Amino acid sequence: MSVNNQKNDMLALLKDAGIAGLIAAALALPLAGFKTFDVNGTLTAEPRFHWVLVAAIVTFVGRFTISIGQRTFFSSFSKAAGSSAGSIGAFIKKNQTTLAILLLTAAIIFPFSPMANRHSLDLAVYVLIYVMLGWGLNIVVGLAGLLDLGYVAFYAVGAYSYALLATNFDLSFWICLPMAGIFAASFGVILGFPVLRLRGDYLAIVTLGFGEIIRVVLLNWYSLTGGPDGISSIPKPTFFGMAVFSRNAQDGLPPFHELMNIEYSTLNKFIFYYFLILILALVTNFFTLRIRKLPVGRAWEALREDEIACRSLGINPTNTKLTAFAIGAMFAGFAGSFFATRQGFISPESFTFIESAIILAIVVLGGMGSQVGVVIAAIVLVLGPELIRELQEFRMLAFGGAMVLIMVWRPRGLLAFREPTLKLDGQDKKGDGT
Amino acid sequence: MEYFLQQLINGLSLGAIYGLIAIGYTMVYGIIGMINFAHGEVYMIGAFVSMITFLVLTMLGGIWLPAALLIALIMAMVFTCIWGWTVERLAYRPLRGSFRLAPLISAIGMSIFLQNLVQVLQGARVKPMQPLISGGFELMEHDGFTVTLSYLQIFIIILTIVLMTVFTLIINKTSLGRAQRATEQDRTMAALIGVNVDRTISTTFVMGAALAAVAGLMVTLYYGVIDFYIGFLAGMKAFTAAVLGGIGSLPGAMLGGLLIGLIEAFWSGYFTIEYKDVAVFSILVLVLVFRPTGLLGKPEIEKV
Repeated sequence: MSVNNQKNDMLALLKDAGIAGLIAAALALPLAGFKTFDVNGTLTAEPRFHWVLVAAIVTFVGRFTISIGQRTFFSSFSKAAGSSAGSIGAFIKKNQTTLAILLLTAAIIFPFSPMANRHSLDLAVYVLIYVMLGWGLNIVVGLAGLLDLGYVAFYAVGAYSYALLATNFDLSFWICLPMAGIFAASFGVILGFPVLRLRGDYLAIVTLGFGEIIRVVLLNWYSLTGGPDGISSIPKPTFFGMAVFSRNAQDGLPPFHELMNIEYSTLNKFIFYYFLILILALVTNFFTLRIRKLPVGRAWEALREDEIACRSLGINPTNTKLTAFAIGAMFAGFAGSFFATRQGFISPESFTFIESAIILAIVVLGGMGSQVGVVIAAIVLVLGPELIRELQEFRMLAFGGAMVLIMVWRPRGLLAFREPTLKLDGQDKKGDGT
Repeated sequence: MEYFLQQLINGLSLGAIYGLIAIGYTMVYGIIGMINFAHGEVYMIGAFVSMITFLVLTMLGGIWLPAALLIALIMAMVFTCIWGWTVERLAYRPLRGSFRLAPLISAIGMSIFLQNLVQVLQGARVKPMQPLISGGFELMEHDGFTVTLSYLQIFIIILTIVLMTVFTLIINKTSLGRAQRATEQDRTMAALIGVNVDRTISTTFVMGAALAAVAGLMVTLYYGVIDFYIGFLAGMKAFTAAVLGGIGSLPGAMLGGLLIGLIEAFWSGYFTIEYKDVAVFSILVLVLVFRPTGLLGKPEIEKV
């Protein structure tokens, strides 16, 4: 390449970066260039053009560096990063059983390790709730290919049914848990029946609307749900109806430490919660793994791939989708009732759209249909923002940005290696289209 | 009767706003078959840009009201279009041809990002603004209840009619509109006969953003209160409107918007205001059950 050519190349890059900088300035000018604030009830604006300048310069430099880098080392680097993520995916796929056993062992040992304290156990429980929700939603999105944007509504139904049953009728957690699941599943059927006959995109928007309806109803049905105040002092679960986790006996049940003949520790309760949600999550996982091998599970995956073909084979699409929808909702109901009992307090604020988005992000970023991927994505997406909690304001900003970046970089999810459970030899379908 | 008339007027003005947002959804869905989830946020940005323009104009010493409106309208449209274009370029174009859920997830991420960006830049508190256009016609009076048609409502309805006419002409008469319709029917074929598909899709996003910006300006004037969160609910209702009218159809989106506005106004007028959103979504479910293609939509034929 001649020197002249290289110089032209450089100029083109500079021009490109300059345009990017200008666009950034134009984007920033109205929103960042002025600060609006209240002065005695009157809104006023104050210029702060240095912000616009910063945005433009950062974009210019960033764009220029990236395009220079793409010419030299960056392309090979990003390719390497992409393929390494791919090979991690392949590695995980190959060693799935080993990895699952490792993860499980770590999860079982964790509460007895020196790392376990109130805070870390709380965090672990928090992550596990999302793992369970992710696995539940995976049935709907990953297996059946139905886009559910209102999954949190079923979670809310589960939480409120436990809270209401427990506070009004004094029922124990162990009776309410299956009931919460059944309630959530019936909501799934009621909602799913009219809309599952339609194309996928409509389902997305109806579930989104349904999530919003549930939240609005919870907020406004004051006499039943307490409105924005929520429901407080929700009873804690007992040790399978045999013991309570307080220092002294309650309701005729002995304290846990006396039953087990160990020393009293406040940690006992948290370890119990941890195992409770771990077991619930594992049940979800086990159920999914098994049902994939049953006719109905096979039908879900077949429907995801080609609905017309399924119809011609005599599969009833609506009923099949409905089972996936209801089963997914049921697991959300279980998770919800666990959430209610652990928190002891619930309000509509815990069930906003953003929760649905996080759960969906976990499923998709984990590589849809992959069980281990969900665990890893849940750890990254739930613990990551938790670690930067000090930067509260920027937490969701970074979350949204990361969602876009990851999708652009790896549209199939971070650990994408989904393969059909059954495959004809030598046939490899490229992409699954619409 | 008077009360009914008043709610009718309110509903139509509100519906015009929803209709303008709905057009953005329906055009994008028509052309690339994707729910542009961040469209509500684009509308929110339009509202913020027009509010800030008004504030800056007041700061520079007030000017003649129609001129101020015109400047705000142009500013909001220009800057919001740049936002709409950038969103498409960064979050959707790289994902073209990817699997179905990818752009949708990216759009949800974009929506969260934009909401929080505006929150960080402009603060989380609601922004109240002095009403700019006040007064109106008193149409009739009965038993102490006056039916008023405010100047602002006239402004909203006339502006909506003008924009709708312009856009219908663009789609039906210009080469750009032809390119858009061709891309909508068959993207590959359109590319083969020389339509710049990428640019056409970008233009569609920009046109949607321009209309959303106008809706943002209207809502700033109409309610006088905006915050970073207004895009979510408005976007959802506008999408409902687009589905109600038949997705992909421009007049359908407007009709759907008007219906949603009317339903909302009458529901809050005669029943409970708290459940107006529930009413809107229940209508959506009912429409989907009984007429899945919407009111003006064409039935879709599935082919193997």
